[in-house]
Amino acid sequence: MLSRVADRIFWMSRQMERAENMARILGVTSNLVLFGTKDRQEQNLLAPLTITGTANVFEELGQPLTLETLIAFLALDPANPSSIYSCLRDARDNANEVRWQITSEMWETLNATWLEAKGMRRERVVGSGATHFFDWVKERSHLFRGVTYGTIVRGEAYNFSRMGTFLERADNTARILDVKYHILLPSVHDVGGALDFYQWAALLRSVSAFETYRALYHDQIFPIKVAELLILEQRMPRSLAACSFQINNALERIVGQHDHAAKRLAVELLARLTHADIEEIFQDGLHEFLMSVLADIIELGNRIQRAYLGMI
Amino acid sequence: MERHHYDEMNAAPGEVRPHYRALSQWLAQTPPERVVEKRREADLLFHRVGITFAVYGDAQGAERLIPFDTIPRIIPLHEWELLVKGLTQRVTALNRFLHDIYHGQEILKAGVIPAEQVLTNEAFQVAMLGLDLPHQVYSHVSGVDLIRHNDGTWYVLEDNLRTPSGVSYMIEDRKMMMRLFPELFERQHVYPVEHYPGLLLETLRSIGPNAMHEGTVAVLTPGQYNSAYFEHSFLAQQMGVELVEGSDLFVKDGYVYMRTTAGRQRVDVIYRRVDDAFLDPLAFREDSLLGVPGLLSAYRAGHVSLANAIGTGVADDKSTYPYVPEMIRFYLGEEPLLANVPTWQCKRPEDLAYVKDHLSELVVKEVQGSGGYGMLVGPAATKAQIEAFAVRLKANPSNYIAQPTLSLSTCPTFVERGIAPRHVDLRPFVLSGREVKLVPGGLTRVALKEGSLVVNSSQGGGTKDTWVVD
Repeated sequence: MLSRVADRIFWMSRQMERAENMARILGVTSNLVLFGTKDRQEQNLLAPLTITGTANVFEELGQPLTLETLIAFLALDPANPSSIYSCLRDARDNANEVRWQITSEMWETLNATWLEAKGMRRERVVGSGATHFFDWVKERSHLFRGVTYGTIVRGEAYNFSRMGTFLERADNTARILDVKYHILLPSVHDVGGALDFYQWAALLRSVSAFETYRALYHDQIFPIKVAELLILEQRMPRSLAACSFQINNALERIVGQHDHAAKRLAVELLARLTHADIEEIFQDGLHEFLMSVLADIIELGNRIQRAYLGMI
Repeated sequence: MERHHYDEMNAAPGEVRPHYRALSQWLAQTPPERVVEKRREADLLFHRVGITFAVYGDAQGAERLIPFDTIPRIIPLHEWELLVKGLTQRVTALNRFLHDIYHGQEILKAGVIPAEQVLTNEAFQVAMLGLDLPHQVYSHVSGVDLIRHNDGTWYVLEDNLRTPSGVSYMIEDRKMMMRLFPELFERQHVYPVEHYPGLLLETLRSIGPNAMHEGTVAVLTPGQYNSAYFEHSFLAQQMGVELVEGSDLFVKDGYVYMRTTAGRQRVDVIYRRVDDAFLDPLAFREDSLLGVPGLLSAYRAGHVSLANAIGTGVADDKSTYPYVPEMIRFYLGEEPLLANVPTWQCKRPEDLAYVKDHLSELVVKEVQGSGGYGMLVGPAATKAQIEAFAVRLKANPSNYIAQPTLSLSTCPTFVERGIAPRHVDLRPFVLSGREVKLVPGGLTRVALKEGSLVVNSSQGGGTKDTWVVD
């Protein structure tokens, strides 16, 4: 497959996954700011900017940080390359360029999503319409992933699409967990309080893991178990271990000439996440562990780019 | 003033030509609502499949449909066979001409065509001098525009030998007709056109630089913002070859490669839909981002084949056109089977005399002019305008050529208030490689505005399915 085509397919899938993750983050933030002290509120508003590394850009806009300005910036701002709006636009543009290498259903899903997003007005997205909008973005992303899985031939296009999806998802899970854990850390000893229940439940919900937690642990919400679920649990589709497994799977199926560095790192990462122990991770420091995994994910993305997709 | 036109369906009011009888009966039997409904269905399908041409001046990337008319243009087989002979003859002579002017230049030495006219032509590529091409073929895909005059004679209006487009509509229009009106194809045997991409691939493979192995073919497109991008992707997909942009290719050690996820891969034949000037920034326009640096040197080394070849434009140029019948006689020793629109060159005294006497019937153009400037359309001009023009003509006769005003034939077409005749032309696609091939059909363009002769899609033209029938 042409490197350019693989690149567009890879990024098309990443951008769609990124839009979904942004919707998840903003959805849970909208919920969390309803609770807690003023201090905690500000931390919660700041979290999405920290997770997406856009705090500086937002500050430069010179706006007060409120839920409304936050959503306007992260959901709708065409000038912000990681806004939902920009992700849906870029995903569609990439798909348009390779529309003969993907299925018409995939193209039509992305095209229709973009056409609808393009017409979204601020009034519809901030305030009471927010939840509805975030749900819509998630649904479109689910639809795109399902359509891709259900229609595309199992070949290079499929492999690069899967890699894009799961690299982006792993990146997101690592960031959410790190930032949220940091906010919630002071109250770790206070487990069981009503407020913390909501905070932890919201974190789990942001990655669709609330029900899974209940089903797997039959227990109250303990921070260490939340971490275990989101980092090491293979059965949990947004966990780092599950994403790493999928990335490695897709990568193994691709034939390249200079891809040893990428394949080696993917296997190493999978091994680290498969044969890890959550107690050990906590002893050595959760933050340090997540940062080193995130560094690997970023480096893996670079190596994939170099090995298959052309120059960075 | 409504002039007399040849109508493709009706020989006279109420007198349907034999090859249109089956369709005419079907039209009479089918309720108009059904046809209207089917037309709407066709629009929807074209949009969904994305058979659009890009209007990327529009910031939102709007895409427009080329209107599709559901009444086919029908050509009887015996007439088509004559067209095939004429087109084969003409394209063969044009290819011989191109080989000649880039080699021995016999036709110039013989004085059949003025040398300075060829050698100073902008489209003449010095880089092609002395380069030997497989089968000595230059124009592998030729889109020859034909019209039918009111006496029923076919005329060649233009030879498009650079990067002619429209063939995807020929195939998609047929697919649409078969889907919307399958019963029509039961009533009458229509020769298929869907194998065009297969023939194109065969033609491209036959010009590979290495006759021993089957080469890798790629389609080179300027990219998704090009108005014919749909066709480029369509043909690449139908042939099962890669659709590449300039940046996907690179030249190393005299060979052309594409960048793939599995490393570099040799490319042997490039069906390029990029103009000469943009092909190689090292050889032609250096600001071109669409081309491949070093492509010309790989081409000249014989390591890659291009379709069409570089420098074909000199043969389809307006100033070369009047000489095509002479070319046919010179190279093939045959009389031309297809008519050229007669052209009077006012630099010749006998031509000038004729033009002067017939100004009110002719179109007179400046040799170097374009866009309709400095032109006299005799039948539409006032007496005063004609007299003023005659003065200019007399002052500088060699600056002018003259042609008769030809009428385009009409074909019944669905318009807002029912069925009415609209003017059509025809562009068959001639493939030349080891041999010359055509699929029975072509692109019929129709001017949808009443009385209009402009069939271009950018100016309100539409397309029709073109049938060759027994």
